[in-house]
Amino acid sequence: MTPALSMFFLFVLITLGITYWAARRSRGAAAFFTASRRITGWQNGVAVAGDYMSAASFLGIAGLIAFFGYDGFMFSVGWLVAYLTVLLVVAEPLRNAGKYTMADVLAYRLNPRPVRAMASLSTITVSTFYMIAQMVGAGALVTLLLGGSHVSYQSAVVSVGVLMIIYVVFGGMLATTWVQIIKAILLMAGTIFLSLMVLAHFGWSLENFFDAVTRVTYHDKGKLVTKNFLQPGLRYVAPYGPLDLVSLGMALVFGTAGLPHILVRFYTVPDAKTARISVVWAMVLIGSFYIMTTFLGFGAATIVGRDHIAAHGGNNMSAPLLAQALGGDTFFAFIAAIAFATILAVVAGLTISASTSFAHDFYTNVIHKGVERAPGEEVRVARVTAFVVGAIAIGIAILLGKDANVAFLVALAFAVAASANLPVIVLVLFWKRFNTTGAVTGLAVGLISSIALIMISPSIMKIDPPGTAAAARHLIQRAAIFPLENPGILSIPLGFLGAILGTLFRREPKAEAGFAELMVRANTGLGAEKAALK
Amino acid sequence: MSEDPNVPPDPTPLIGSATDISRLSRTAPKPAHERTADEEIERADWEALAASAKFGELLKAKRRFIVPAMIVFIVYYFALPVLVGYARPLMERRVFGAVNWAYLFALSQFFMAWIIAALYVRAAKRFDRMSREVLKQGSQMTARSK
Repeated sequence: MTPALSMFFLFVLITLGITYWAARRSRGAAAFFTASRRITGWQNGVAVAGDYMSAASFLGIAGLIAFFGYDGFMFSVGWLVAYLTVLLVVAEPLRNAGKYTMADVLAYRLNPRPVRAMASLSTITVSTFYMIAQMVGAGALVTLLLGGSHVSYQSAVVSVGVLMIIYVVFGGMLATTWVQIIKAILLMAGTIFLSLMVLAHFGWSLENFFDAVTRVTYHDKGKLVTKNFLQPGLRYVAPYGPLDLVSLGMALVFGTAGLPHILVRFYTVPDAKTARISVVWAMVLIGSFYIMTTFLGFGAATIVGRDHIAAHGGNNMSAPLLAQALGGDTFFAFIAAIAFATILAVVAGLTISASTSFAHDFYTNVIHKGVERAPGEEVRVARVTAFVVGAIAIGIAILLGKDANVAFLVALAFAVAASANLPVIVLVLFWKRFNTTGAVTGLAVGLISSIALIMISPSIMKIDPPGTAAAARHLIQRAAIFPLENPGILSIPLGFLGAILGTLFRREPKAEAGFAELMVRANTGLGAEKAALK
Repeated sequence: MSEDPNVPPDPTPLIGSATDISRLSRTAPKPAHERTADEEIERADWEALAASAKFGELLKAKRRFIVPAMIVFIVYYFALPVLVGYARPLMERRVFGAVNWAYLFALSQFFMAWIIAALYVRAAKRFDRMSREVLKQGSQMTARSK
C-alpha cells in the first residue's frame, strides 16, 4: 500500500469514528439539521472555512497561479472579500429569523408554499451542480494522486460518494461539522508547512522568492519563453478579460452570501452573536489561506515548473507536485490526503444542505403544509434525500467521466446563488413592499438567466481545435453568443430586476404587515431558535 | 388573576404540560407569570416594538455602519480588476524589489476585509447593547398591556 493510500484510510477511519460518535449523540430534528445549535463560535468558523475551501480553491487556485501567475492570485482575493457580505448583511438576520434554511426567513412574511418551493429548487440546483463539479474533480484527482495504486475513476467517485452519504445520513450536521473542522485544520497545517518549505527553498528571503517569480520559464506552443509572473494579463486578456473578472467578482461577492451550504452553518450556533464571531474566525482562516496561495502557486511555478506540472496531470496537480519536489513522497501523500479530505468535507456540506432544504422546505412545508405527520418524519425524509442526492451525483459524475469539462458548474453555482438567492434574502429583509410574486419571479429569473447565460457562454459554446478528447469537448461547437465565462454581471441585475418588477405587479397587504415582525426578529433575535439542552 | 369563578379550583398540576402550574380545569388564558417563553413570543407586540424609538435608533445605528462599509468594500474590491484591466502600466510599476502595485493592491484587499470585519465586530457590541434595551422595553410593554 502506498503512503498516500494509507493516509487516505487513516482519514476515513477517523471521520467514520466521528460519525459513529455523532450518530449516538444526536436525536431529533434540531440535532440532525443543526447539531442542536450548540457548535461554538470558533468551531463554526473553522467549519465554515472547511465547508468553503473546496478542491477548486486548494488545488485549482494554486494551479491557476502556477500557470497564469498574477491573474490566478487576483482570483484568490474575491473568495475572502465575499465574506464581508456574509458578515454585514446575511449571517445575523438569518440566524435570528430562520430555523433550518434560508427559505424560513422568506416564509415569515411571504406566502410560504410558493416561496419555499422556489427557494428549495434553487438551493437544490446550486448544491447539486456544485456537488457534481466536486465529484468529477474528486474522481480525476484521486486517480492521479493514487497513481501507483490502480484506483479507477469509477471506484474513486463511488467511494467519495458513499462516504459523504454515510457522514450525512448517520451523523447529520454534527458529524458533517467535525469532518469540516478536521479538514480545515489539516488544510491550514499543510498549507503553512508547504509555504514555509517554499520560503526555506529561497533561503528565507522574500526578495529571492519574488525575484524568481519575475523569471519563470516554460514552453508555450513549443517555444521556450520567460515571463514575469507578477505581471497581470497572462490569462484575462482584453477585450473581455477584465470584464470577466468583474463578473466573477460579482458572483463571488454576492453569491457566497447566498450559498445554501454556507448559510445552513449559521443555524448550528446558539445565537446571532456567535454567528458573527464564527464569520470572523472563518475570515481569518480563509484570508490566511488565500494569502498563502502566493507561495503555493508561485512556488510551484518556480520550483516545479509549468512544463513538469503539465506533463504530470495538469494544473490541478501543482500543489501536490510542489510537495513532492520539496518533501518527497511522504509529504506528497500528506498533501494528497488533505486534498481528499477537502473534497469529502465540501461534498458532505453540500449533501446536508440539499437534503435539509428538500425535507424541511419542500416535503414538510410545501407538500404537507408545515405539519409533520409522524414524529421524526422530517429527519427521515432528509436522510432518504441525502441518499438519493448522493446516488444521483455519483451516477452523473460517472456518466460524465473524468475528462469532462466541469469547471463551469462551480461558476454556475455561484451565479445562481448570487442572482437568485441573494436578491430575495436582501429584499425580504430590507424592503417592506416586497412580496410573494416578487420572491418567486426573482428566484426564477435569477435561476433561469444564470443557466441560460452559461449555456451560451464560452464554457459550453466553443470551437475546439481538432484532436480534442471527446469528453473534454465543448457541448456546442459554435462561437459563444455571450462572451463571458461568468454570467454574474448580467444575471445578478436581472435577478434583482425580476424580484422588483414582480413585486410592483401586485400588492400583498399580509406581506407588508409581516415586515414589522421580521424586522424586530432579524435585528434583535427576539423569539429566535435556541440551542437545545443537553 | 383572571380566574373563571364558575370553575371549581383544581390543584393538580398537569404533568408534561408547557408549565406545571396551570390547572386542568382552567379555560381562561394563563396569567402573565405562568406563560412560557414561547407563549410570550406569541404575544409580543411586533408593531409597537418596530415603531418604538429605541428600535428606530438601533436600525439607524446599524444602517450608519453597514451602508458605508458595504460601499467602501465594494468600491475598493472592484477597483482591483478595473485598475488591473485598464490601468496596466501603473499597476506594473515596481514598488519593493520585484513586487509591483498590482500584487500589493491585491494583497491589501485581504487586510481591507479584515479591518472592516474588526470594525464591524466593535460596532456590533454597541448594536447588541441597543437591542437588549429594545427587548427590555418590549417586555415592559407586554407586561403593561395585560
